[in-house]
Amino acid sequence: MFTLDALHLARAQFAFTIVSHIVFPSLSIGLASYLTVLEALWLRTGRQVYLDLFQYWLKIFSIGFAMGVVSGVVMSYQFGTNWSAFSDKAGPIIGPLMGYEVLTAFFLEAGFLGVMLFGMRKVGRGLHFAATFLVALGTLISATWILSANSWMQTPAGYSIDADGRFIPEDWWAIIFNPSFFVRLPHMVLASYLSVAFLVGGVGAYHLLRDAQNRAARTMFSMALWMATFVAPAQIVVGDLHGLNTLAYQPAEIAAIEGDFETERGAPEILFGIPNMETQRTDYQIAIPYLGSLILTHRLDGEVPGLKHWPRADQPFSPLIFFTFRIMVGLGFLTAGVGLASLWFRRGEGLYRARWLQRLMVAMAPAGFIALLSGWVTTEVGRQPYTVYGLLRTADSVSPIGLPGVATSLASFVVVYLIVYAAGVMFLLRLMAKPPRPGEAGPAEGAPIHAAGLTPGLAVGEPQASAARE
Amino acid sequence: MHLDLPLIWAGLLAFAVLAYVVLDGFDLGVGILFAVEHEDTTRDLMVNSIAPMWDGNETWLVLGGGGLFAVFPLAYATIMPALYPVIIAMLLALVFRGVAFEFRFRASSRRGRQAWDMAFFMGSAIAALCQGLALGGLLQGIRIENRAYAGGWWDWLTGFTILCGLAVVAGYALLGACWLIWRTEGPLQQRSRRHARSLGVVVLAFIAVVSLWTPMLNPTFAQRWFGWPGIVLTAPVPTLVALLAWGFWRGLSRKHDLTPFLCALGWFVLCFAGLGISMYPLIAPPSISIWQAAAPPASQGFLLAGAVVLLPIILAYTGYSYWLFRGKVGGETHYH
Repeated sequence: MFTLDALHLARAQFAFTIVSHIVFPSLSIGLASYLTVLEALWLRTGRQVYLDLFQYWLKIFSIGFAMGVVSGVVMSYQFGTNWSAFSDKAGPIIGPLMGYEVLTAFFLEAGFLGVMLFGMRKVGRGLHFAATFLVALGTLISATWILSANSWMQTPAGYSIDADGRFIPEDWWAIIFNPSFFVRLPHMVLASYLSVAFLVGGVGAYHLLRDAQNRAARTMFSMALWMATFVAPAQIVVGDLHGLNTLAYQPAEIAAIEGDFETERGAPEILFGIPNMETQRTDYQIAIPYLGSLILTHRLDGEVPGLKHWPRADQPFSPLIFFTFRIMVGLGFLTAGVGLASLWFRRGEGLYRARWLQRLMVAMAPAGFIALLSGWVTTEVGRQPYTVYGLLRTADSVSPIGLPGVATSLASFVVVYLIVYAAGVMFLLRLMAKPPRPGEAGPAEGAPIHAAGLTPGLAVGEPQASAARE
Repeated sequence: MHLDLPLIWAGLLAFAVLAYVVLDGFDLGVGILFAVEHEDTTRDLMVNSIAPMWDGNETWLVLGGGGLFAVFPLAYATIMPALYPVIIAMLLALVFRGVAFEFRFRASSRRGRQAWDMAFFMGSAIAALCQGLALGGLLQGIRIENRAYAGGWWDWLTGFTILCGLAVVAGYALLGACWLIWRTEGPLQQRSRRHARSLGVVVLAFIAVVSLWTPMLNPTFAQRWFGWPGIVLTAPVPTLVALLAWGFWRGLSRKHDLTPFLCALGWFVLCFAGLGISMYPLIAPPSISIWQAAAPPASQGFLLAGAVVLLPIILAYTGYSYWLFRGKVGGETHYH
């Protein structure tokens, strides 16, 4: 499996750059919506705490967004550099979807990001809120197009294939709203919301453990747990629908996820084991009888596919996605459990006194992101050995670039990303380690020129002053 | 009515690339000028002058890449592997430069800040160099067989491409200097005038050498430029460059704020037009034309329907954002 050839290195490079990238768009999707809610609450209630939280998370957003942009530019060129055969063949379909993403989402985000970050003093409250809202809308539109492109690769529809082996679009409606789009899009958006909810909750909890009276920390902790209470269970429902959809369209992936090599009725659910592709069996199994059929078909005697049904060359690599899937599902239930348990503490000051809950939330701050990455690894590795499922093999998608070329560029990406990400994560953690304060400064205050002669208190007075001028 | 979709898209993509070159050109140029501006407060001022726009400017690069993928997939799938090391180096340089915008303000130590300043400078300069190398590599031609790049690793590296690379670095630095003349005041503005004066000479020299070299690369290019009737179209280009040169130095001497920037932009537009004259209708010289590289009409038509509606809207709100952050930087603190 892991021989050192150009194809595997190209795959490693794509995996490395996309995993590094996707964390930041997810952060942006979740945080932009959260910032919109905070600013709306501030405008509606006039309560200072919402503005403080807005400014606090806006600084974190600005770093996360920049990292998402730069790692995203890399992605938009990587299809051509490393996957040129894929680009030539699938370009007529994937290309326009990504083109629409740029035209409807990227420009919108970039156009209003400047106003959102630096424009508090320049425009009125209403216009500033509009900018925040448009940035958040941009992140969601972007997610829609990219999930459409990705789900088309998983469940292609609305195409024909010409003499050169190119995919020709026949029905754009069928392409965009392909059979797995409606489960993949909400699954990703909810995953981003949950990732950010647990990050916000974790940061709130961290500061509550140090100062239980910090108002902003209390507010963000409580808001995050409301998200966990309602969104995490919804995500489980969507996840189940996703599983049923994948069973219908990509049964081999389900077999690999489940570690099932034999096709059978009344299949057990393998809780733990080590799938072995060589011997075509899952070793050290701990299984619950009939549960596999019940989960996948919602019937006790339903038939569940086994990997042996497919030739070895067509089987996804079970030993990886067996585990990534379990990590995702385990964390999914944990987040829902925490969300429901928090309801118990809602009476009075309970939430702000439950120190073990706060400690748990600190520990779970990265839980959403880990689940999200595990989910993406599961679905992308599960699609193998194809790029366009069942139609275009990964081995036939790669560029005619030699081993030294791909090896050099992979090494460069690893080195550069390690430096940039280490610094970025350090700056993010440093910002999150500071408690939110009344009169929290915005991102422009990080820039010495803007801050010259302005105390944080003055900066907070700014929006009111500009509103008064209207 | 029959629409020549590949031709329309070639025009739209050319516009996107031009928009990228002039917009990100000046903000990359501001980064390149870190080489001669060492003071912390000056550098802050320079970065603040472009902080609200750089992200939007870079989006045109994504549109260029994404657009090529969407409407000319064969060009995208052959040009990118042909220029592989150049493109990868450019992307990595842009990564460093992009994060440096945020990181240089957040660094807690002086050394950390200097390191990110260096990343900002190097990232800007290398990105500019690679864009020039890529342009040169494309112009001199790439070898294609069976719908795939068939050349070697270092085919792109020639005297001509190195010349193009250096020309773009100088050109962007010039745009950056002119931008700073327009958007700053005081000592930085005065120094930027001096930088612009010498960079103007360098850039004109580069334009002359690249223009004379390009027709020698390919007989078709030469026929375009010097044969009849092409010469009717090409003769005004050098004349206009000279006219703009006059306006440029006059603007600098009379201490106009905006004229030098507009004249420098004019040079870029003319060079770009010259490129168009040379290459049309090829998209990947010497063999692939825009019609051969085109995605099927169903793809080009689908994206065009959105682009004609969305591009004017994008230009409108991008313009609004520029208008909002108009005026001299650093100046606003005086008013509050």
